[in-house]
Amino acid sequence: MILLVEDNEDHAEIVMRSFRANQGPVRIVHVTDGESALDYLLRRGEYADPEANPRPSLVLLDLRLPKVDGLEVLKEIKQSEELRGIPVVILTSSQAGIDVRMACDYHANSYVVKPLEFTKFTELMRDLRSYWLGWNVNPFVQDGSG
Amino acid sequence: MKTQGRPFEILLVEDNEDHAEIVMRSFRDYRVANNLRVVADGEAALDFLFHRGAYRDPMRSPRPDVILLDLRLPGIDGWTVLKEIKQTEQLLRIPVVVLTSSDNSVDIAQAYDLHANSYLVKPVDFVKFTGLMKDLGFYWLGWNVNPYSHGPV
Repeated sequence: MILLVEDNEDHAEIVMRSFRANQGPVRIVHVTDGESALDYLLRRGEYADPEANPRPSLVLLDLRLPKVDGLEVLKEIKQSEELRGIPVVILTSSQAGIDVRMACDYHANSYVVKPLEFTKFTELMRDLRSYWLGWNVNPFVQDGSG
Repeated sequence: MKTQGRPFEILLVEDNEDHAEIVMRSFRDYRVANNLRVVADGEAALDFLFHRGAYRDPMRSPRPDVILLDLRLPGIDGWTVLKEIKQTEQLLRIPVVVLTSSDNSVDIAQAYDLHANSYLVKPVDFVKFTGLMKDLGFYWLGWNVNPYSHGPV
């Protein structure tokens, strides 16, 4: 299961459509701000039930987010003993050097820039899925939902 | 696939010659220009990255765009190499992909604790291994953004 943290509804739609376009269903949970992302990951509030809200195998994280920004979310994940093994891929429109460097400094697993074109975006989603959900081994017992 | 006007630099830290051969052959066939350099132990890896010993000349040891790192190495082991990279300011942004035979959960957890970017288990099957190398190249050299290509560090 993938946690998508994206406040731009159009971009979120493209991500979800791209995943649907590729083979096999994968569950995507979409939140639109950094605070909800942390609520989900830390199982707070409405996300308290671990069975209904399994730990993601991948987090796609935008940087500019309302409430709590992407870098803060990243920091919290990578400082948490329980969460730091979850691959976090920064998925953003920003190509600014400072953003890339800071994301790396906070131990983002990877940083990719959203393609402008839908076909390319779909290719990226396919490759992200095949790499992070296919090849990469994360430290948790897979719950089977991918 | 983005090009940068220069070949991609890949450092493979691997003491098993057969595995190194598979990786080398895969990247030789890769359609984007790249230089794959191989070191066979942890000390050589650190010499390479810190421009020491046989690698004092930085032309001989350009900073890699990605490091493929086995864990079980003679002498200085992969854990030490990983730790040194991720604790050194000039190196910690380089993606380190652990590429190892171990699927032991303790090893996996420890690698992520030390901030490995990715953990891959070497496929036993040759065709699968080659397929992995292709996907690895596409992902880390194609999609992932290099933090050092955006002006001064």
